[in-house]
Amino acid sequence: MKLQFFLNGTDVVWDVRPDEYLSNALRRHGIFSIRVGCDESICGSCTVLVDEKPVLSCSVLAITVNGKHVTTVEGIQEEVARLSHFFGEEGANQCSYCGSGMAIIIHALKKEYKNPTDEQIRDFMVGNICRCTGYHSQFKAIKAYLAEGK
Amino acid sequence: MKKFKVVNNKTHSVCGQAEMMGRAVYTQDYEVPGSLVLKMLRSPHAFARIKKIDTSKAEALNGVKCVLTYKNVPHVAFSRAGQGAPQPSPIDKFILDEYVRFIGDEVACVAAINEQIAEDALKLIEVEYEVLEPVLDYKTAYKSKNVIHPEEGISQAFEMGFRPKDNVAASYEMEVGDVEKELAKCDVVIEHAAETQAQAHAMLEPHTCNARLDEHNRLVIYSSTQTPFHVRRIMAQTLGMPLSQIRIVKPRVGGGFGGKQQFHGEMFVALVTLRTGLPSSMIYTREEVFASSYTRHPMYISMKIGADKDGTIRAIDCHALSDTGAYGEHALTVFMIVGSKVLPLYNKVKAVRFGGRVLYTNHVPAGAYRGYGAIQGNYVLESAIDMLAEKLHMDPVELRKKNSMKEKETSPIFEIMGEGTKGTAMIMESCKLPYCIDRGAELIGWKEKYPRKQVGPHKVRSVGCAIAMQGSGIPFSDMGSCAITLQDGGFYMVRCGATDIGQGSDTLISQIVAEELMTTVDKVIIYSSDTDLAPFDVGAYASSTTYISGNAAWKTAIKMRERLISEAATMLEVKEKDIIFDGKTFKAGNKEISLFDLSNKLIYSAPQHQVAVTESYIGHVSPPPFMAAYAEVEVDTETGEYEVLDYVSVVDCGTTINPMLAKGQVEGGITQGFGMASTEEVIYNSKGQLLTNSFLYYHVPTCKTIKHLTTEFADSYEPTGPFGAKSVGEIGIDTPPAVLCNAIYNAVGVRINSLPITPEKILKAMKEKEGK
Repeated sequence: MKLQFFLNGTDVVWDVRPDEYLSNALRRHGIFSIRVGCDESICGSCTVLVDEKPVLSCSVLAITVNGKHVTTVEGIQEEVARLSHFFGEEGANQCSYCGSGMAIIIHALKKEYKNPTDEQIRDFMVGNICRCTGYHSQFKAIKAYLAEGK
Repeated sequence: MKKFKVVNNKTHSVCGQAEMMGRAVYTQDYEVPGSLVLKMLRSPHAFARIKKIDTSKAEALNGVKCVLTYKNVPHVAFSRAGQGAPQPSPIDKFILDEYVRFIGDEVACVAAINEQIAEDALKLIEVEYEVLEPVLDYKTAYKSKNVIHPEEGISQAFEMGFRPKDNVAASYEMEVGDVEKELAKCDVVIEHAAETQAQAHAMLEPHTCNARLDEHNRLVIYSSTQTPFHVRRIMAQTLGMPLSQIRIVKPRVGGGFGGKQQFHGEMFVALVTLRTGLPSSMIYTREEVFASSYTRHPMYISMKIGADKDGTIRAIDCHALSDTGAYGEHALTVFMIVGSKVLPLYNKVKAVRFGGRVLYTNHVPAGAYRGYGAIQGNYVLESAIDMLAEKLHMDPVELRKKNSMKEKETSPIFEIMGEGTKGTAMIMESCKLPYCIDRGAELIGWKEKYPRKQVGPHKVRSVGCAIAMQGSGIPFSDMGSCAITLQDGGFYMVRCGATDIGQGSDTLISQIVAEELMTTVDKVIIYSSDTDLAPFDVGAYASSTTYISGNAAWKTAIKMRERLISEAATMLEVKEKDIIFDGKTFKAGNKEISLFDLSNKLIYSAPQHQVAVTESYIGHVSPPPFMAAYAEVEVDTETGEYEVLDYVSVVDCGTTINPMLAKGQVEGGITQGFGMASTEEVIYNSKGQLLTNSFLYYHVPTCKTIKHLTTEFADSYEPTGPFGAKSVGEIGIDTPPAVLCNAIYNAVGVRINSLPITPEKILKAMKEKEGK
């Protein structure tokens, strides 16, 4: 069936199956930042923004974003490049399979709060699993990123 | 500490940014569009024989290209362990077999033009099983009437106690001195036993691989593997193909932790692509990663430790049983590490004994997992040491300091026990364990906080500690190599076999080369782990990368520097010894040439040749990294719930080549080990079905699990390591079970002797204690 939506600001029309998940449709169209880690809406690696709200793309049907705005890491490249600098500073990227999903959630966090508390940062990050780092370095990187320019 | 410019300095991961920005870098991203999709029919029975299998309806389904069963694949036993040769694991697996040995074992593989058709085809396969009685408890598996591997054609590459008719995958015994005699002489003897569970690796990228035939009609497989060269060798042997016809490429890997040392879908995509000529792809579902790949070996370990009144430990007696599940991947080698990378911590004993069996059961197979036996052994030994301290009325920190390994010392165990075979004697050229113990105690505030403080009506704070060691590769076994070419434009192309699975080996090898060639990391272009293009390396396991692959890179870079000086001397018509090279310019008296000009002249004018060097490294010792760990916990005495307020690690891994990545290895290991210690409960039902087969039921740590991590490194220099480095990939995971167990005991007086340590177990033990 026809799906019309705005992918990173561009009006697109795709053919999707009625039972196709958004993660699959995006990857099928070369949006490789979608890393499917669990396919059961837990790990957070496939997080995208739908109308600016974080959503697990492995668990929503593609057709449900009809007419909506979907943002992936491909749409906020400059911002992610900057964020990754802080991850690099703290050694917070190891396998980075969680990295794109993490970038999206941090983008959403920044929109939600001007000066988030540690607890608010953790509340945002808690749904994004990282099996490599122990989170401490990521947490420090995120705090430094958010503090930049303040 | 020696002064370095690139190593031991902050360097960002060389791939971290591109990965985060969403580039196509992982195995799945390299799949040929339109590849056949592979799906596996898996056993619903813990143990059964396939009486009849009819795939005709599935094969007739439009879009199905190939169905594999045990009837149409080569019947050659192999080990999926992904180890060197001769393989130290039982050769006990067939690609597909008439028997299925755990719920989730492979029955038939379907390749179809899309996922839906493949799934539909699975439902059309008719299987008639003869259901057999499974063995679900490794403690009673020995000589059970139910034999898990009754089949012909399985073997061991050398004597490892493999007795399949008794359900024994491997066994091992060793003794130094006379343990019974020494224990009899001791003033104090404590006995302790505890059990560990089948932890899941839970790497975020599921196991995945894909295949295609290239322009030479060769088989090319992209795989999320830790061991590309071993995969090529074992695949060629098993499929009866020339090695030259296979290429294994490892792109960026989304975590491994040992779980991707073993084979996963490689044999299946290979067979499908060879048979159909079409590209194919196999991606495990998360449930398959949990229930149909590999786990940590569950173990039951008992210890007896004897000491004199003054706290001198005289003897350690350790006996272990290990559950390897349905197949014997890493059965022997993980088992031996329980002894060889744990017991030498207390090297002043007069006698030490270690032994036991690894048993087959009808559970998910166990395999390599970060820590590799050491975490199991450490949990039991380091709990027992605390028990001994209590009995001796000694501070557990003091008892450890008194008896543990120090610099220039050794342990007889090193010579006796290797990984599967005899070991290698070695002296600890670098061991800052005493410093680590002191510094950790200071950072956690041991003196003020031990053993406990009441901080609320039902809240108690306490501290716990443990020490650990690991290794740096397997001596005389693990080999790594590296090749460097000078490119026109004056930069270096580095090809190496070291396998980056997210731990950052590409970054630290770039740093090692840059340091030696006095340049910057951006002038070092690295390409790794492609069996066509990179020289051999065993792969990412046994904490071998920094030490073995790092030494190979260092040797190669030294050779390149010598070669450059020789080329410059010829070009400047001076003697080599007169040349001073600073990484950018070669100077001799008033003559000079830049590296940039030299590299261009070498290629485009005289003498027009490619400057290329290659070197290999094989370890002669395996210098252990050491650490001391402390945690402060707060326990709620009404509910048994607890919280970790801080986890302090002080680590001696020699020079940290990349301090931030080394810290990442330690902190990531701590958190993963803490998951095993606290929340990662593994539950099988009475039929042998793994119930904790999803992130929903299997709880890995989140960013809220540990409030704070404090990680420091000791000032240490390992003379045999690259720029003084030892490996650091596994050491972090070893301590959390013991540290948590000891801290909980110090808080509420109950010792939890099975993992994970849950609030439920704590509360139950507290109630039982009160009732007594």
